[in-house]
Amino acid sequence: MVAGVEVTGEGLSCRRGDRLLFTDLSLNARPGTLTAIVGPNGSGKTSLLRMIAGLLKPEAGTLTLSTGGVADEEPATLLCYLGHHDALKAQMTARENLEFAARWQGAVRDPDEALARLGMTRQADLPVGYFSAGQRRRTAFARCWMVGRPVWLLDEPTSALDSAGRAAVIDLIGAHVADGGTVIAATHETLIAGAAELRVA
Amino acid sequence: MSAFLALVRRDLLLSFRIGGGPFLGLAFFLTVTAMLPLGVGAKLNLLGEAAAGFLWVAAALASLLSLDRLFQADAEDGSLDQLALGALPLEFAVLAKAIAHWLTTGLPLTLAAPVLALMLNMPEAGYATLTLSLLIGSPVFSLAGAIGAALTAGLRRGGLLLSLLVLPLFVPVVVFGAGAVSAAINGFEPGAAFLFLGAVSLFSLVLGPVAGAAALRIHLS
Repeated sequence: MVAGVEVTGEGLSCRRGDRLLFTDLSLNARPGTLTAIVGPNGSGKTSLLRMIAGLLKPEAGTLTLSTGGVADEEPATLLCYLGHHDALKAQMTARENLEFAARWQGAVRDPDEALARLGMTRQADLPVGYFSAGQRRRTAFARCWMVGRPVWLLDEPTSALDSAGRAAVIDLIGAHVADGGTVIAATHETLIAGAAELRVA
Repeated sequence: MSAFLALVRRDLLLSFRIGGGPFLGLAFFLTVTAMLPLGVGAKLNLLGEAAAGFLWVAAALASLLSLDRLFQADAEDGSLDQLALGALPLEFAVLAKAIAHWLTTGLPLTLAAPVLALMLNMPEAGYATLTLSLLIGSPVFSLAGAIGAALTAGLRRGGLLLSLLVLPLFVPVVVFGAGAVSAAINGFEPGAAFLFLGAVSLFSLVLGPVAGAAALRIHLS
């Protein structure tokens, strides 16, 4: 069981340059749920995810991550952010990338176990620079699962993945939600049944 | 501490795998120093007098060479986001990366400096002071340099702007570093210059990570 973390946002506005992407957006993602952020390209789905991750300051509104009704002081250590860049070093092997992440962010699983779960065992000792986009995505997702924090913020988690990779990712997302995790994903497809939908206009 | 050392180790590994680690900056330092006698001519007295100042300027430029990629590579591939979500604050990430940068630039340059000083006919009395002054002062190139590197992390051709931003910050170390060596050569006590160097170094040890992390946070948003 992972610690149940509730993500609450009220009256959020996002400004990029002189454009207001969205205003007065509210969200509430409870433990054990998946929230799909939907909306057209350029509507601010990625910005919203970065905002929840604490990487982007909201123009207005408040965002809290709370555990058992108490707002957390160190939200950064509760969440895993998988952006559209895979954040892997091309000159390091998949295992070296994960080993570094395990020490920098902490981990609940072994790097080899995580790579195996995503079907990357054979490529574990190859430099990531040789990987295809799908293999990089699998490795990045393996890192997220390995770090194993309660809140997963996923930006198009299944992009570039083949059907086996997609199935593995969806399986892990389902397991994380069933385990009491909070998943917020910007995606255009149905990842699991019963996902809440949050529309950014 | 384990997370901090892991980042230092990762950056050292990357520096060896991408750019030949410490050898690129060292080769630059050597080449530029070899060019000075060619430009000035075989005037041994002149070279000996200018050696300390020249080596300090060359060390500053050699450190600058790899500074523009300090955060740029991490900003491009998304690693900066992951660094910001670590168990340690971003300030420590900046410090760890600056330390790795110094280990691959400042430290090898410091060790090579006496050899190059010999090449430039520097009087023997200055060798120990030159090495010691570079050891104390060269961390400023990485620590204060990290501020400029963080400010230009998002710029594709940030190298030139970076030089304009950080070279003024290098001025005090070059002045007191070269000053310490000439004092030693001329038979004076270089102690005061060392104190200044140490002060600037400690100041940038605090200011570099704090200002660098602030600049990176602006870049991230």
